[in-house]
Order: sequence, then C-alpha cells, then structure tokens
Amino acid sequence: MATTGKSKTKETSPSKTVKVYKGWCKRCGICVAFCPRQALETDKDGYPSLKDPRGCDGCGWCELMCPDFAIVVEDAKS
Amino acid sequence: MPNGRHIIYDYLRTTKRFPHMWCPGCGLGTFLGAFLRAVDKSGYTKDQIVLISGIGCSGRISTYADFNTLHTTHGRALTFATGIKLTKPGLKVIVIMGDGDATAIGGNHFIHAARRNLDITAIVINNSVYGMTGGQVSPETPLDVRTTTSPYGNVESPFDICKLAEAAGAAFVARSTVYHVKLMERLIGRAIDRKGFDVLEIISQCPVQYGRRVGLKSPVEMLQWQKDHAVTQEKARGMSEEDLKDKIRIGALVDNEAPTYQEKLDAMKQSFKGVE
Repeated sequence: MATTGKSKTKETSPSKTVKVYKGWCKRCGICVAFCPRQALETDKDGYPSLKDPRGCDGCGWCELMCPDFAIVVEDAKS
Repeated sequence: MPNGRHIIYDYLRTTKRFPHMWCPGCGLGTFLGAFLRAVDKSGYTKDQIVLISGIGCSGRISTYADFNTLHTTHGRALTFATGIKLTKPGLKVIVIMGDGDATAIGGNHFIHAARRNLDITAIVINNSVYGMTGGQVSPETPLDVRTTTSPYGNVESPFDICKLAEAAGAAFVARSTVYHVKLMERLIGRAIDRKGFDVLEIISQCPVQYGRRVGLKSPVEMLQWQKDHAVTQEKARGMSEEDLKDKIRIGALVDNEAPTYQEKLDAMKQSFKGVE
C-alpha cells in the first residue's frame, strides 16, 4: 500500500516530474487528497500541480489512481 | 492525448471522444487503468483478447479499450462470452459487468456460467446503484439506503457477489476496492492468467448517484470510506464476527482447480472415438 509508507517527507533530488494533462483532468481532487507525500496542491483553477519537486519521490500513486488518465509521472530529464 | 511513456495509452481508443464520459472521480477510470496494465503484463496481444461488456456506465469500457470488443445487451454479456469461448476456445474472453448487469437482469447467466466453469474471466464492478439511468436501487444497494426508487430506504438485502459466485461453483473468487489499486491490478492479472471461471468483484465509487445519497459528498470521501472499511484476508482471520460486520474482505477468497467446461466436453468427445 502506497499510503502506508513512511510519513515523514524525505528530501530527494527532483528526479521525477508530474505532468498533468488539463484537457483530460476533471478536477476530482483524488490525487491531491491521497498523495502519500502531500506533494500536490490545487491551483487556482482547481487543477493539481506539484507543490515542490523535492517533495515528490516519484511513487506514481497519482498516476495509478487518476480516473481520467490525466497524470503521468516521468523522469525529470526526459 | 497526454505525452508520456504511460503504458495504457497504447490500449486506449483515443478517437472515442476523450476525456471519457464518466463523471469526475468515478472508479471506472481507475479500474480501466489497472485493467490495461494487468493485460499488458499478462503477455496477451490485443488480438488474443475479447472484451465483452453489457449496459450501463461499465459498458462503455468496451468502447474505450482497444481489443476485440463487444458491447452487448443488458445482462447478456456472459451469454455472448459463452458463445465466443465455445466457438473460438483459443481466445482469452474477459467480461466486464456492472452490479446491475451481473446480479439483476443477468443474475441467472452469472450463476450458470459459474456452475459450468467456463474458461472466462468475469469482472463485476459494484457501485451499489444504477448510475447511468439516474440512481435506481440495485441488488447491491445496502439496506435502508435512499435511492430514486427507494425514497424511504431500501428494504431488500443486497447480494454478496463473492459468496454467490462461490456457491455457484466459480473456480476463482476475489474482491478488491478501487482504492486498493495495486491489489486490484494483481488480482486482475491473476484472474487472467488462470483457467476456469474467475469472478472478481471491484467495489467502486459512484460519487454522483450514490455517494451524495449516503452522506459521502465527494469522490475523496468515498475512497476514504473504502480505505477504512476494507480488510485483507490475513487481517480478517484475527478479527471477530462482530468487528467484521461492516467491513469488506478483500483479496483472493476462493482459488480451486477444477476441470473447465471445455475440458469436460473434450474428454467426452474423446470417449466417443471408435464408437460406431
């Protein structure tokens, strides 16, 4: 279970990036609510965005849970 | 279409009007993602798989997924699947139904397909209500819940799909919630890999037609409910009946090896060889 992992935020290098495809996102809020690192926030339009790239450890939970296939977690370099 | 190395985009028919028609926060999208990843891992090619769905929101899955697909009449997905499996035994037949499809209008087909132990994977996505038609009571709606057709509360006890499937003779019975997305993916993969009639119940959320009627106002609250109420098989063993009353057992519940319908039929044909 991804949410039962370590709760304390680990400072990691921003090796992963979270891409949100707004054309498919329906702003349901699941990714922001259940992010194990609380690394996502809602922007002023209600879309999710990465709060701090160092807060994300690239677990991919948001990508797995997104009902709209609107999130992709990728390596930062690509 | 999003850019990325996301495996599931290879399996989506992106020409079919995306973003999809399901409501914000619907569990069907999360399920479809897990399903496509499980199929990708199973090693079957798109042409080796037949995906059959019935009517309702879940019926739309056969439109979005790029396999050999069949969008059939209400409750009859398993009958079409039976026909396909018997004429083309080499194909992997997967049926996706809603709770209305599988236990209401198609209830009879469901128990008889299990009894025959056809080599079919049947996935029942249970959201406790008829979502597409406006939130009517289904055979999976819990007692006392108010829906559009039970305005004073539901007086009919719901089916336990897994117990029903087990009693009818299904070889593999498992349950997961949408919240437990990795477990769901593993169980789908396991069901696809094995032979015999596999039943997989997915407890899903319908935020619009069900959640707001039972006081769960958002998809997030519904997923939190799933998280709080699901117990794994290992955990359930150490719990009393009283504690398990309002809990949902998740994981593989039944796993039996039994000869499939096709095997029994082939054995019968063999026994007739040489008989005048």
